[in-house]
Amino acid sequence: MAPPPVPRRPAAGSSRWHWLLVVPVVIPLLVFLYNSKDPYLFGFPRFYWLQLAFILIGVATTTLVYQLTKSGAQRR
Amino acid sequence: MSGHVTEIVIATVLFLVVSGIGFWAARWRRPSTMAHLNEWGLGGRSFGSWVTWFLVGGDLYTAYTFVAVPALLFGAGAAGFFAVPYTVIVYPMVFAVLARLWSVSHRHGFVTPADFVRARSGSSTMALLVAVTGIVATMPYIALQLVGIEAVLKAMHVEPRFALIIAFAILAAYTYQSGLRAPALIAFVKDSLIYLVILVAIIYLPYKLGGWHKIFDAADTKFKATNGTLLNSANEWQYVTLAFGSALALFLYPHSITGVLASRSRNVIKRNMSALPAYSFLLGLIALLGYMAIAAKTKPIGTDGNTIVPVLFDQMFPQWFAGIAFAAVAIGALVPAAIMAIAAANLFTRNIYREYLKPDATPAEEAAVSKITSLVVKIGAVLFILFINPQFSIDLQLIGGVIILQTLPAVAIGLYTRWLHRWGLVAGWFAGMALGLWMLYQIPNAATKHAHFGGSAFPLSKWFDPTSIGLNAKATVYVGFVAVLFNLLVAVIVTLICRAAKAPDGVDLTNPDDYVADAPSEAPPGLTGDQLPEPAPTT
Repeated sequence: MAPPPVPRRPAAGSSRWHWLLVVPVVIPLLVFLYNSKDPYLFGFPRFYWLQLAFILIGVATTTLVYQLTKSGAQRR
Repeated sequence: MSGHVTEIVIATVLFLVVSGIGFWAARWRRPSTMAHLNEWGLGGRSFGSWVTWFLVGGDLYTAYTFVAVPALLFGAGAAGFFAVPYTVIVYPMVFAVLARLWSVSHRHGFVTPADFVRARSGSSTMALLVAVTGIVATMPYIALQLVGIEAVLKAMHVEPRFALIIAFAILAAYTYQSGLRAPALIAFVKDSLIYLVILVAIIYLPYKLGGWHKIFDAADTKFKATNGTLLNSANEWQYVTLAFGSALALFLYPHSITGVLASRSRNVIKRNMSALPAYSFLLGLIALLGYMAIAAKTKPIGTDGNTIVPVLFDQMFPQWFAGIAFAAVAIGALVPAAIMAIAAANLFTRNIYREYLKPDATPAEEAAVSKITSLVVKIGAVLFILFINPQFSIDLQLIGGVIILQTLPAVAIGLYTRWLHRWGLVAGWFAGMALGLWMLYQIPNAATKHAHFGGSAFPLSKWFDPTSIGLNAKATVYVGFVAVLFNLLVAVIVTLICRAAKAPDGVDLTNPDDYVADAPSEAPPGLTGDQLPEPAPTT
């Protein structure tokens, strides 16, 4: 009943680059980084502008990992 | 009443335009037949990056979110801002997971998360639990979209009941006819309107209110007693666990998975993980409308805090623009409501009807059952709102988030490993569910004076003295987070027992290769004949 052996392509599904994605998940959960009013930016206290800025870290990381792991990159 | 005529006319016209688009959507990327769940329920599995961005964005960032998150900041200050870290961390978190889910679903023709669990764990019990959890968690979410529309109608001083029934009848009709293509196409209009309204709001309103610092000053003054525009040691753990737990839960919801499975390739999903945070930015700005309402001295209608944003718009904008904004919120409710109804209908069809009632159902029969179920689901949501206190649907939605998290081991962990025994998964589900519901039951609601199901922040002091581990005596945590940890713990323990007792494993119908498979090529839309409707190929 065991499935027939299949050729494995470890790079496409389980790239080491995926570990980079831990960074933008952990940083926004570190309250001490942003739980303060100073410094202000455009009238926003740090609590608000810094958490919005974390979006950029998330986007940069997912974009980078996508470029490194997209299918087509290491196939054929 | 008379003061709102312009608003009502503009909102009605936009609503009718969108309804027309919904009916027309059946012809968009016209398939050879609509009588197949891949077509009606997943839009032909053919959506590219742009359509997926609008569809999933319109699906996840619902009208209720746009109304409730600012209401939360208005009422509770910084704690309500959890929606931002929540929607920032979710995309890197699910980046690789969703690509695997898409691949294995594409290979095997899975339509729902329960389809996957059925094939992967070999446990029909676990698949049924996932399906039922999904349906139960989704139903109040649909009802909540009506709460979003209701808030707008109240701000326009329209009697909500009659208008709600009309709106949902139209929605039900075009969803029935066009399936997932309707919300996909309407999402373009909805999101364009929302982006327009919010960009105008965040420039125009601070200008009218004297700048951002005035807005934050007003909030500081309101929450002075608790320094509530920042977190404190009593609510910071709630903030973190709620953001984390909500992010874990988001893509376990059936409607999120429907949006993901409708896309054309792995790359479409991965690209969207970078593009969807644009909505998170929007949500962060929308959240701050709550503080603008404080600065503008806006008063909600009656005790309904959710009316705060519509009333703010009504108060600050010229009538014609308020009409556009109200239409944006109302249309914003229709897109997720349609996708949720489709997702719930697909779960019923694939994992209850086909599994237990008619195992030899043809694809055409499946599509027919799904279409009718989607109607039933919508009628249920309307009845819910008309005859039951809307507050109840908010409580149920809270419970929904906690219970959908209990499918995490079977669905998300199942995508990576079969180490957890199928009986361990089932036991963990029951354990997490029981603990989660018991904790929610114990939380009183201070505002409504209900003794139970009053929120998702569980005071640790009910269990032990939080100061003994260095926490604030009033520290709270998110129920779902604790419940899913307990679920995992029980799943691991029962797995170890099953292994020791040599209990038989279920049969895995998937191959390791399935999880990294991509679309054969950029196939033209509609050409998806390579997918079999069966959940698994013969091995």
